[in-house]
Amino acid sequence: MFLINCPFCGERDQSEFSSGGEAHIVRPKQPTELSDDEWAEYLFMRKNIKGIQFERWNHAHGCRKWFNVVRDTSNDKILSVYKMGEKPPVNYK
Amino acid sequence: MPNYRIHKTEYIDETKRVSFKYDGKTYFGCEGDTLASALLANGIHLVGRSFKYHRPRGIVSCGAEEPNAICQIGNKKDLTEPNVRATELELYEGLEASSQNCWPNVKFDIGGINNFISPLIPAGFYYKTFMWPKSFWKKVYEPLIRLSAGLGKSPTEPDPDIYDHKHVHYDVLVIGGGISGIIAAKMAAKNNLKTLLVDDKKILGGSTIYQNNEAIKIDNKLSNEWLKNEIQEIKKLSNLTIKTRTSIAAYHGYNFLLAKENLTDHLPEEKKKNKIRQRLWKIRAKKVIIATGSIERPLVFNNNDRPGILLSNSINKYLDYYGVSCGENIILFTNNDSAYETSISLHKKGIKNLIVDLRKSARSELIKQAESLGIKIYFNYVVTNTFGYRKINSLEIMKLSEDGNTTVGNKIKLSCDCLGMSGGWTPMVHMHTQSGGKLNFRDDDQVFLPKENSEDQISVGSCNGDFDLENIIDKTVNKINKFLDIDNQDYQDTNIICSKENDKRNIWLLPNKIPLGKTKCFIDFQNDSTAKDIKLALKEGFRSIEHVKRYTTTGMATDQGKLSNMHALGIIADTAGVKMGTLGTTTFRPPFTPLTFGTLVGRNVGKFFEVVRKTSMHEWHVENNAEFENVGQWKRPWYYPKNGENMHDAVQRESKAARDSAGILDASTLGKIDIQGTDASEFLNRVYTNAWSKLEVGKCRYGLMLNEDGMVYDDGVTTRISENHYLMTTTTGGAANVLSKLEDYLQTEWPELDVYLTSVTDHYSTASICGPNSKKILNKLFPNLDLSDENFPHMSFKEDKLENINCRIMRISFTGEQSYEINIESKYGHSLWKMCIEAGKEFNLTHYGTETMHLLRAEKGFIIVGQDTDGTMTPSDLQMDWIVSKKKFDFIGKRSLYRSDTIREDRKQLVGLLTDDPKEILEEGAQIVSDVKSKPIDMLGHVTSSYFSPNLNKSIALAVVRSGKTMKGQKLIIPMENKNINVTVSDTIFLDKENKRLNA
Ligand SMILES: [Zn+2]
Repeated sequence: MFLINCPFCGERDQSEFSSGGEAHIVRPKQPTELSDDEWAEYLFMRKNIKGIQFERWNHAHGCRKWFNVVRDTSNDKILSVYKMGEKPPVNYK
Repeated sequence: MPNYRIHKTEYIDETKRVSFKYDGKTYFGCEGDTLASALLANGIHLVGRSFKYHRPRGIVSCGAEEPNAICQIGNKKDLTEPNVRATELELYEGLEASSQNCWPNVKFDIGGINNFISPLIPAGFYYKTFMWPKSFWKKVYEPLIRLSAGLGKSPTEPDPDIYDHKHVHYDVLVIGGGISGIIAAKMAAKNNLKTLLVDDKKILGGSTIYQNNEAIKIDNKLSNEWLKNEIQEIKKLSNLTIKTRTSIAAYHGYNFLLAKENLTDHLPEEKKKNKIRQRLWKIRAKKVIIATGSIERPLVFNNNDRPGILLSNSINKYLDYYGVSCGENIILFTNNDSAYETSISLHKKGIKNLIVDLRKSARSELIKQAESLGIKIYFNYVVTNTFGYRKINSLEIMKLSEDGNTTVGNKIKLSCDCLGMSGGWTPMVHMHTQSGGKLNFRDDDQVFLPKENSEDQISVGSCNGDFDLENIIDKTVNKINKFLDIDNQDYQDTNIICSKENDKRNIWLLPNKIPLGKTKCFIDFQNDSTAKDIKLALKEGFRSIEHVKRYTTTGMATDQGKLSNMHALGIIADTAGVKMGTLGTTTFRPPFTPLTFGTLVGRNVGKFFEVVRKTSMHEWHVENNAEFENVGQWKRPWYYPKNGENMHDAVQRESKAARDSAGILDASTLGKIDIQGTDASEFLNRVYTNAWSKLEVGKCRYGLMLNEDGMVYDDGVTTRISENHYLMTTTTGGAANVLSKLEDYLQTEWPELDVYLTSVTDHYSTASICGPNSKKILNKLFPNLDLSDENFPHMSFKEDKLENINCRIMRISFTGEQSYEINIESKYGHSLWKMCIEAGKEFNLTHYGTETMHLLRAEKGFIIVGQDTDGTMTPSDLQMDWIVSKKKFDFIGKRSLYRSDTIREDRKQLVGLLTDDPKEILEEGAQIVSDVKSKPIDMLGHVTSSYFSPNLNKSIALAVVRSGKTMKGQKLIIPMENKNINVTVSDTIFLDKENKRLNA
């Protein structure tokens, strides 16, 4: 059970949050100009990394804000949290 | 009655006698006893029959690892509990226990039954039964399985006990109150860290608390005296919480642990009442110190399972802690020094004993002491057999060969009434591995040890493989100072004297002249698996420990193999010729010991099991005989049976009344989202498939919301309250998810939009009145409101007052009838409803439930998201192309609507179905085919909604059918169990295609 440091509320139990999958997938500005393959890339393809992964989380039973998390999926350690719109920390690749 | 309580100890109050029943017979124990120690004090070793072979079994241990002494406690239908370990159960006045696995009873001798069944149940029995001839089932397997079934009885009535959950946060959690745990807790707490120390026993102190050997001293005191003083010291520490009778059940990531505290299990019946029985502690600790100790290993030799054969150290604890001797003529069989402590203790209490030691020789303080006391020691000997049916009465020993692989010389027969075995010690690494830690193997004494300690958790004491006292104290102190980054000096000058073990010899499966196939060398006592089973599994090709475990069921009983796993691994390694360290262990899964369901569930039982949401009209529905339907968490009236009507009759009556005159529905549960902001219109444009910018203030519009994959997600009517203010409605079940989805897009994709979302579902109650007379009823309620079609047409909105209370009235329809939805602040919902009912009386206003609502909308071909759709339907699949804007640049899911897959012509599409026999009602979910003769039958789709329409006087259905759009007029078949139903594909709208009724 993770302890997640919501950038707005502080540390809270995982049960207050819901996960939103991979972060930094930007919705295409002009979907109509994309080929089926390009659209499928946005719509379906996710990395599912063993190791350091950038993810979206929502403080669903709290402030209801979305934010980003850097998590090492091999040991579940959360290495960093940052707000939507902020640049991902560069020291994790 | 024999009395094996031979001396006084400070942990047993002999003046306080406690009576209890075991297998129906009354016995007496003392305050401080466990059920096991009380039974032993009464000379009772035999506590059950073995699972497969029905062999008599006795108490083996004194703790959580006990495989045999498993009891059923109590016999009330609501309070009986199976799987309780007699070694852990504290005795109380009036306790009633019975041995769990003993058909027909523990002492009854079923003679030859062992011989009959034992060759039939080798390793993999349960798997092999499925391959052997069918005829074996009735005659052999079924009686066998029935015989061995019934490992305990479940209560058959709800548990009346109270359970509790508690969340706590600590700087440091110390698991285990033995000597290393006590030292660790003291160091942490004295350094101003908020510390929790938990131990599963009644008192702190672990095995040191009864250690009284002169060879082991701390600061010139006996180790138990020194430790008692330490315990007094830590009890004074203000920031240390001590929880005894509390065991850690699970160690999850992020140092989140679950512990079970026993609060009343040790109390007599009358003192248990109205108290919390067990509490589940949900612990978050910044740092965790694991000091869970180690458990003694049995030895694997022929007939090592007779009653009267115990772990050596357990004999010591029964003697020095409980004052009970396990026998009068005891033999200790060991491969290490610890049994010598037991031997010396027994000797001091005047109990005759001797030692059989696997090792060729050994030198240490303890051994010198035993020798000087004149205790007979057989070095380099092995026990090869034991005798005695209900209890051991003698055994045979033989000399070991030089390499230890075989026996040499002559058998020596020794009589005894108790055998203590010690195969060394297994560190309890469960907590370490549960937390994600890996293990190393130490060849020296064949133990798995915590590999690396992280910054969050550390193992100290014998669970870390430190066995002698000097090692334990020194290493614990050093490690804790480092781990907590402190500089505690309390133990700087502690002077420790202890006996050092210098000689080791480990043989997992002890040699024997008798062929293995004819021996019974038990590894797992509880599941009755033997060394032979392990070897058979290997012979049959199993290699992985996880496979061998499952095939032989070794380690899969309620004790989870605490005593057996290491031996199974050792024998596999020896047989396969690989190093034990490379085999790895099986996974240690929580809980460490079984938990009651009550503890896990806590207070969330009965009406607290799940949240129930009720509308403000709920009580009226109850008073008016509603049957309720669960929709998400909501209770919605389903139908209102009158005068003993069944559901069908009630729904037919309600449906007819709504179209003939007027009906009223509680629509309060529909999701309502208040949308405000200067970009609200633009936002709606992006989330719905149709256009919103041109919707006038005061008008309503139906919208379809898609997922980004183009599939229909939700639908509902949204009203433009003012320029920058909308009220969106969603499906009842989808409300929370729709809000989350909208918030997600607003926060992450379109943060530039000025839009604010508020869930107002619970803020308003809604009464929906429909039917040809609805306008007249509205007129009575709102006499000043101009209800003319010109002023208040379909799909528009007005505000008015009902006795000074503001109402929002939407003229929208889900039934196809002229219809008004009146929204009012929830606290007035009940009054609104009653006023509507009153006003409608003269028009036979009929209250109807969700079933009638579904029927009425199906007559009109309106979809229900989640019933007629399943996450694979596009608007086009639903024949709703009209709602998808061609002009809009983008909306959620738009691009997906022309993916190669979504434009396929042969997708499943929504159609209407009419049965050839108009009285025949289809089953929802039934499969649809065109040809029942060709095999395999090609499935074209399924029925999604089906009703008998009282207004059309025929059966109607909606269905999804492959290429359904092109099939109008075609005949299809619904194959049922006993007949085929012929249907014709029709339009989805069955009633009033021209929408005349909306403005009637
Ligand atoms: Zn938050």
